[in-house]
Amino acid sequence: MSGGSPQESGRERREQALRILAPAGVLALGVVLWDLIVRVNGIPPYILPSPGLVLSTLVSDWPVLWTSLLATLETTMEGLALAVIGGIGLAVLFNQSRLIEHSLYPYAVILQVTPVVAVAPLLLIYLPQQAAVLACAWIVAFFPVLANTTLGLSSVDHNLADLFRLYGASRWQVLRELKLPAALPQMLAGIRIAGGLSLIGAVVAEIAAGSAGAGSGLAYRIAESGYRLNIPRMFAALLLLSLAGIVIFALLSWLTHLVLHRWHESAIARET
Amino acid sequence: MSDSSSPIVSLRGVGKLFGTGTLALDGLDLDVRRGEFLSLLGPSGCGKSTALRIVAGLSEPSRGTVTWSDGGGSHARDIGFVFQEPTLMPWATVLANVFLPLKLAGADRAAAVPRIMETLARVGLADFAEAYPRELSGGMRMRVSIARALVTAPRILLMDEPFAALDEITRFKLNDDLVALWRELRMTVVFVTHSVFESVYLSQRIVVMTNRPGRVSSELAIDATHRDARFRTSAEYAGYCRVASEALGRAMNAGAAA
Ligand SMILES: Nc1ncnc2c1ncn2[C@@H]1O[C@H](COP(=O)(O)OP(=O)(O)O)[C@@H](O)[C@H]1O
Ligand SMILES: [Mg+2]
Repeated sequence: MSGGSPQESGRERREQALRILAPAGVLALGVVLWDLIVRVNGIPPYILPSPGLVLSTLVSDWPVLWTSLLATLETTMEGLALAVIGGIGLAVLFNQSRLIEHSLYPYAVILQVTPVVAVAPLLLIYLPQQAAVLACAWIVAFFPVLANTTLGLSSVDHNLADLFRLYGASRWQVLRELKLPAALPQMLAGIRIAGGLSLIGAVVAEIAAGSAGAGSGLAYRIAESGYRLNIPRMFAALLLLSLAGIVIFALLSWLTHLVLHRWHESAIARET
Repeated sequence: MSDSSSPIVSLRGVGKLFGTGTLALDGLDLDVRRGEFLSLLGPSGCGKSTALRIVAGLSEPSRGTVTWSDGGGSHARDIGFVFQEPTLMPWATVLANVFLPLKLAGADRAAAVPRIMETLARVGLADFAEAYPRELSGGMRMRVSIARALVTAPRILLMDEPFAALDEITRFKLNDDLVALWRELRMTVVFVTHSVFESVYLSQRIVVMTNRPGRVSSELAIDATHRDARFRTSAEYAGYCRVASEALGRAMNAGAAA
């Protein structure tokens, strides 16, 4: 009985370390391999820049890249915000009225299944560029919020719903006190997916707009660097873009944890 | 316990045919007397829950009538209902869960807190007001569910196999506490169960229901004054259980023959 707990916490710490060290090791290995391939084969930087060159480009081009990153992030966040408002709002409307649901749901699906790459050029014709880019981010991000929230709102415990009826709850009370909180886990799952998709939507639209030439986002920088064969900057921008995606996902996961950790099974780390 | 004369609610010829074609109840006559502890005993699927939901107004009878002694109006606030599952809101604390019926009636939370705490103390959960349901054991969750039903001080408490999913030790404890609550609060309880032992231990009166479609087969009065560990092991208790078992056996055969 000499305390299993220090042993336990030791194992936990090792587990934690492994979770960080293992992917870090893979990264280090990949970078070294990349560097070796470039050196040994003498590959010129306009075909494949070495990791060191990508990093130094990131530093030297920082002012340009940083402004571009901010522009893309702004679009992404605005697209996500609109998707959250629109998705949840529409899901609530659907939940309240079958007529509205049946009338509009097919169009939400059409919006979702039509590839945004194909829609972007069209939007760029009819809308000012910034609005078109934002619209693309919104189009791809809003459906997961809508679909997940719709599912969440309608998967309320029947007995709880009966209880609300027994106590004479109004429609508004049922929505506010029962359906919305019950839908929170699915809603947040939808928002987490939407965060990544919003970035993708923004990037796709920027690339499409790139040929029109007036863009300033990161994806536009990538396209522009491609035309100018500035491959190191292309890599640096790509690196920033995926970092941005990771940060968005991490932030939304953290938000989910913050909201759900007291009560939802998905957010509880089980002790064994 | 002699004020068991006037029924608080009466069911006459109540039938329930579900859209699926299932006839759950047919010709159910039932009087619930003021202040009594009544058990509905019957095999699984005989329509006990359906009958209870009809009394609660959660389901409409296809035939027959439900009459309340005070002649209709809004009974909603006067009914407490406890389901087989605790049916708590997982996102809300124990306090918020118990506050729910009052909140839906438009009560102010700060003003309601003393009453909520008093109710929680009654079910032995005064220290758990800020806990979330997932942090509680099954028995404690059921206590929260009972507190929620009691917080409005209902005239009638409807319970649908509330302890069926609990282990025996917890069930015995909750049985004792329920009997004590009933005596203290002097309310009417309708308790649905498929357990002969539980119904005999708890009730003043047992109504035995037939197999589907549910109807009253027989009824049995339990005239024991003490409900405690001694009663549970007494010859008197065993005798009542035998009579109730036989009644249940007859009811099931009657249902099968029909
Ligand atoms: N909402 C429903 N729709 C269709 N059939 C139902 C519904 N509720 C109950 N039933 C059926 O009615 C019968 C009685 O059910 P129930 O009242 O739950 O029985 P008990 O509570 O005695 O086990 C069962 O055969 C059940 O399948
Ligand atoms: Mg039942």
